[in-house]
Amino acid sequence: MLSYIIRRTLYMLPTLLIISFVSFGIIQLIPGDFLNQYRMNPRFDPETLQQFAKNFGLDKPWIVRYGIWMKNILTRGDFGYSFEMHQPVTSLFLQRLPATVLISFPVFLFVWLLSLPIGIYSATHQYSLGDHAFTFLGFVGLSIPNFFFALVLMYVLVVYLGSGSVGGLFSQAYISAPWSLAKFKDYLWHLWPVVIVIGTSSMAGLLRYMRGNLLDILGMQYVKTARAKGLAERIVIYKHAVRNAVNPLITMFGMSLPDLISGSLITAIIMDLPNVERLYWDALMKQDEYVVMTVLMFFSVALLMGNLLADIMLAWVDPRIRYD
Amino acid sequence: MTKERSLSQGKLIWRRFKRHRIGAVGGITVLILVFLTVFSGFLGPYSYATSFKRYPLAPPTKIHFFAGGSLSWPFVYPSERLRDPVTNRQRYVENTSIRCPIRLFVRGDSYHFWGLFQTDVHLFGVEEPCKIFLFGSDKAGRDIFTRTLFGGIIDLSIGPLSLVAGFILGILIGGLSGYYGGKIDILIQRTIEVFQSFPAVPIWLALASALPKQWSSTMTFYGLVMIFSLLGWPGLARVIRGQFLALREMEFTIAAKASGASDLRIIVRHLLPNITSYLIVGATLSIPGAILGEATISFLGLGIKEPMTSWGLLLNQANSISKFRDTPWLLIPGLFIVVAVLAFNFLGDALRDAVDPYSVKGMH
Repeated sequence: MLSYIIRRTLYMLPTLLIISFVSFGIIQLIPGDFLNQYRMNPRFDPETLQQFAKNFGLDKPWIVRYGIWMKNILTRGDFGYSFEMHQPVTSLFLQRLPATVLISFPVFLFVWLLSLPIGIYSATHQYSLGDHAFTFLGFVGLSIPNFFFALVLMYVLVVYLGSGSVGGLFSQAYISAPWSLAKFKDYLWHLWPVVIVIGTSSMAGLLRYMRGNLLDILGMQYVKTARAKGLAERIVIYKHAVRNAVNPLITMFGMSLPDLISGSLITAIIMDLPNVERLYWDALMKQDEYVVMTVLMFFSVALLMGNLLADIMLAWVDPRIRYD
Repeated sequence: MTKERSLSQGKLIWRRFKRHRIGAVGGITVLILVFLTVFSGFLGPYSYATSFKRYPLAPPTKIHFFAGGSLSWPFVYPSERLRDPVTNRQRYVENTSIRCPIRLFVRGDSYHFWGLFQTDVHLFGVEEPCKIFLFGSDKAGRDIFTRTLFGGIIDLSIGPLSLVAGFILGILIGGLSGYYGGKIDILIQRTIEVFQSFPAVPIWLALASALPKQWSSTMTFYGLVMIFSLLGWPGLARVIRGQFLALREMEFTIAAKASGASDLRIIVRHLLPNITSYLIVGATLSIPGAILGEATISFLGLGIKEPMTSWGLLLNQANSISKFRDTPWLLIPGLFIVVAVLAFNFLGDALRDAVDPYSVKGMH
């Protein structure tokens, strides 16, 4: 198992290298560079702009910039400098990371804690009114664009619930305050719409998967045997069927990460969340290239690690699976 | 039902599909949306670009059915724009002294019907001084109803178009990978893995902002199509490879090979027809992704540009709460996105059940 993990991790390195190179190329396709905003401004004469370009290293061709950036990461763990915020990308990134964790973790809990029981209910009550209703709601969640759902929820919050502060993860007063019960309450109040917006888009898939798996397993011989020997229905379902139906879902864990990232990205733009995803968007708009690249690499590592983690967990819960 | 034996595969699929009621609802909804879009010039009372400078952000026009307590032909009142002297907010007040009946087949702004002929006949409309904005008007005083119908052209066509390009790549590469196996397969599979490790939406946004600003709306549209197909093929290639790996071991493939058929002939004549149904389902299920993608990108201002329009771009005017708190009708086009995506999802789901010969769902 250990050798498998090491091998998989080593495979990631060339993949990440290719992704970083291609992504760097893609963001160079965006017309102009960071200095665009200054070129519009008559206060900056061409000499100053040239000096800026030189300071930022933007006078060099992109291949050279990529090489230097990569070299600094590999030799010094230095991910570059933010042109816009005048600070190292690493510290900028670390400032935004807590918000990403504070949003993603609850979304995960919300999605899994809701879709598993609903999937089980739908499978055990196949074609009932509840089954149809949940399936329909799941599809609606899948079909509402994140941004539209966010807009509608914000409207409801402001107009019908009279919420004064919408967007962000904390009210103004709590942003830099230390954690307290009041701050936690404030956090929860800002969190729930965000969790619903991001979570609903991935629930439908998980829910239907769980329902399908459980239905397959409920038709198996050993479930019939368990029923025949007179076990309580509750034990048949939870001890025999559900345990086996959950295993394949673990691969969904890795697959749901892209949804989470894209959901948080779009929602962060509209609801003004101070997370890493928002940092990506702002940097992309300003063409603050090292910030864009660093966050992109973070997303890629998260995706690859998520898949690896899912494979490891699968082997761990299912003794039939061996990676040798 | 003595004829049951001779039913073709196609007929069986159609029969299973019809039993899937919600799938049929999805299919009908798609057809209605296509109809609304195709006849958007005729169904909308104005042209998509006509802006009434004196009517910015007007609420949906109320249609009245009763005049003085008795039933009457539907009519509207002209509205006047007033400014609140204290808050400086604008509001519209109906002037009940004039009535404008809604007329059918009226002459209005002229439009081209799909390049076939030019006409100025609209299904309905009202005469001056009235205006009819079923979904309200936007910042520039344009009719949101007309623009929503018109925006459907982009949203409903981007899915199928990005499929075509993505499918050609997917079939070609996935087919090669599955049919030949061995080293080619390993190489292609590795490439696909790398492609799938890209964080999709962040890369979309980067690619969309790379589309040159001076491009026309049509060019931008094809640019988006290219982006979607470029990112869509790897998933499809995987599925096709899996199917081909299984099919190439089948007796009929071996028989074809033994009788001297070329690789190309085997792929095109023997293998592809066997996976057509999977392709149709895959196509239907990937359309929602393209619609959502276009809507998101245009909403963020990176896609289709004014005065052209799409459902996502229409929502761009409502991109922060302060901009739509008093004008919630700006959100109406979003409902069309939800309905369209939902309809395609239902349709695809039903098709998947229908083409799968092992499914027993529709059969009991």
